[in-house]
Amino acid sequence: MATQVVMPKLSPTMEEGQLTRWLKNEGDKVGVGEPLAEIDTDKATMEAQALASGVLRKILVGAGETVPLGAVIAIIAEPDEDISSLLSKAESGKATEENKKSIEESVNAGGDGAQVELARVVPDGARTQATIRGEALSGDVGSADATDQSQSASSGGNQRPPQSPPTTQAAANPEGNGQGKRPSDGGGRLIVSPIAARMAAEAGINLQSLTGTGPSGRIVKRDIEAAISSGATTAATAADSTATTPAAPPEETPVTQPQIARGQAAEPRPFIAPSVEGASPYRDEPVSVMRSTIARRLTSSIGPVPHFFLTTEIEMDRAAELRRTLNALDAELKISINDLIIKVAAVALTQHPMVNASFQEKSVRFYESADIGVAVAIEEGLITPVVRSADRKSVGQISREVRELAERARARKLMPEEYTGATFSISNLGMFGIDDFTAVINPPEAAILAVGAMGPKAVVRDGEVVVRQIMRVTMSCDHRVIDGATGAKFLQTLKKILENPLYLMT
Amino acid sequence: MAVITMREALNQAMREEMHRDENVFLMGEEVAAYQGAYKISKGLLEEFGEKRVIDSPITELGFAGLGVGAAMVGLRPVIEFMTFNFSILATDQIINSAAKMRYMSGGQFKIPIVFRGPGGSAYQVSSQHSQALESWYANFPGIKVVMPSTPADAKGLLKSAIRDDDPVVFIEQERMYGNKGEVPEGEDVLVPIGVADVKREGTDATIVARSLMVPIALKAAEELAKQGVSVEVVDPRTIRPLDIETIVRSVKKTNRVVIAEESHPFCGVGAEISAQIMEHAFDYLDGPVRRVSGADAPMPYAKNLEKLAIPDVERLVAAVREVAYLN
Repeated sequence: MATQVVMPKLSPTMEEGQLTRWLKNEGDKVGVGEPLAEIDTDKATMEAQALASGVLRKILVGAGETVPLGAVIAIIAEPDEDISSLLSKAESGKATEENKKSIEESVNAGGDGAQVELARVVPDGARTQATIRGEALSGDVGSADATDQSQSASSGGNQRPPQSPPTTQAAANPEGNGQGKRPSDGGGRLIVSPIAARMAAEAGINLQSLTGTGPSGRIVKRDIEAAISSGATTAATAADSTATTPAAPPEETPVTQPQIARGQAAEPRPFIAPSVEGASPYRDEPVSVMRSTIARRLTSSIGPVPHFFLTTEIEMDRAAELRRTLNALDAELKISINDLIIKVAAVALTQHPMVNASFQEKSVRFYESADIGVAVAIEEGLITPVVRSADRKSVGQISREVRELAERARARKLMPEEYTGATFSISNLGMFGIDDFTAVINPPEAAILAVGAMGPKAVVRDGEVVVRQIMRVTMSCDHRVIDGATGAKFLQTLKKILENPLYLMT
Repeated sequence: MAVITMREALNQAMREEMHRDENVFLMGEEVAAYQGAYKISKGLLEEFGEKRVIDSPITELGFAGLGVGAAMVGLRPVIEFMTFNFSILATDQIINSAAKMRYMSGGQFKIPIVFRGPGGSAYQVSSQHSQALESWYANFPGIKVVMPSTPADAKGLLKSAIRDDDPVVFIEQERMYGNKGEVPEGEDVLVPIGVADVKREGTDATIVARSLMVPIALKAAEELAKQGVSVEVVDPRTIRPLDIETIVRSVKKTNRVVIAEESHPFCGVGAEISAQIMEHAFDYLDGPVRRVSGADAPMPYAKNLEKLAIPDVERLVAAVREVAYLN
């Protein structure tokens, strides 16, 4: 049976795709699941697979061409089958609209819930495949296929009745959570009415967490009013998840939580889960006028990231001793001074949130955990694999991770999520005998610590010249976020703990 | 307060102003002996004589020009067009002479003239006699454009127009001449030009309506109130100068706007109001401003089609429900 191969939806925000390469030629036999072509989406290059078997009779989109979601890119059929009607439909462009609609319907029928679930539990590769299958890669000439797909997709989430007219304009949204389009449907663009945007900003509501009830999912005034009366952001997210998994008990929102007065200094906003798996949750606090003036003025001086540098000398005797002691305990442990510095920096970061932050133009992003980027020199240059939540890991664990990451870094085998999204970085040139140096901040992080060589130096202690293991560190700070005193206080903490590593036990 | 028709209110306004100021005179087709095609000038010839109530030949450009000349030398003419459709012939005098004279003479001449008469649709007078031309005149600096919707506004505004030292285009609505309403008594009860009036207060949506659309908007508001939707009706009353402050105040309160107008939509007054709302109150809108205008087509003669060409209560109700996201 003749089947159209259509431009699939390979990412949630995908509106069009570029066909980078055909993996089959016209006339080739293809089987279900075989890769047909490579497609560049807004996010990545992915493989489109055949969902029907037969012969690749006609290629309609050449390599390098960009076509909208739903466009017919090829036709698979039996070798002698008549495909002329399918061809003319595809060429008239009529098919594109129909396919796009059925893709969208099947996404909606599956509900956001189904997709969210997949995204959570399935590793990356498998998710891609599931998405392709769930979101209708090909539509048969008859409509049966499309229906099947939407049904199988919807069995992943819970079944919802077809869209029915709203009966009330009550609290949540009448078109149903998940059934109504997400406001970001228009190519990732959030559609918000001006007054709703203004009210949300004033009430400190995260628009991303809302489902709009206006046309095309536009977030309108009543959605904000509903969010405010239901206890704002967290409640709005909870409403979403209960809709997709009715059996789960709704998340409790503390009744005492102040509803509107957030936003200013009053109470920090809740942390938001990041898109990269395993990365630190964060909260965005609006930039104060003073901070934005500092940012603007300093950027015009040294731009775009205005660095300044703070250097301190750290007495490392106790740290070195701790390292020796630990390594003597267990032959498996190969803790380096750098591993200790990572741990101590992470602990210090949790005490100085302003340093574990990132300047986001309109807001300052604060990270919940300290994800430390560790600069690793490799042949072609340098890469900074990330030790996630180093503040919560043991030194031994950090040590193992760093060794493993560095090894794979040198083999160029790191996944993107393993070298992006650090909240702070450390660069150590001690092994090259460098006494001190300044490192360049890796945006959007707010600081980087440059670590020099540790070695015996004559220093004065209690009026006596004595020999101590001295190490110099220099922190480069993004002045848009970190001021001199903020950075200095962080270094004080870092120095205090490294000089007395027993603090790690407190 | 006496309840009178808009026709009587306009008549009273002219009579009172002619008594008050001997420089005021009325000129137009059939205004004297026949007492006006719509009887607005009833009794005026008898009362003020043929020097002040003058029948003109059927020559709009001519008598409009005579009016401009009379205004230049100190008289205060009221020029009646049998309908504003015929004022099209006089646009050269209105736009090129009346609107420009004060500016081009460096302020040496003021032009205290009123061009008045019925505009908009009547009953089955077809394409050439059913036009709402306010956007034409409102386009030009130098002219004030007034459109009353109640007998009280009609009287108070016409008196203000006659006393105004600049040319005023005063557009009445033929279908509204028989509308009745309370009109305050007193020779000096004026309605200022350039001040809008909130005809009904509400909280969920604003209908900006003028002239014939005001009573229709009020009926729509009544209907919507039964459905639990609270509608504010704002009547600008003067198109130029436009009281955008009052409209913006209302938009800031309701966040949703429907503009009702009898005229064609394209380049209309509604488009101007809509643009100004965006300029002044963008951050207060909960959605796009919605216009409900007359059909973008010549007015049909057929009664059923004519009805369809003019915004009605149902369409306003639907538009308000749309902007309030209730559909």
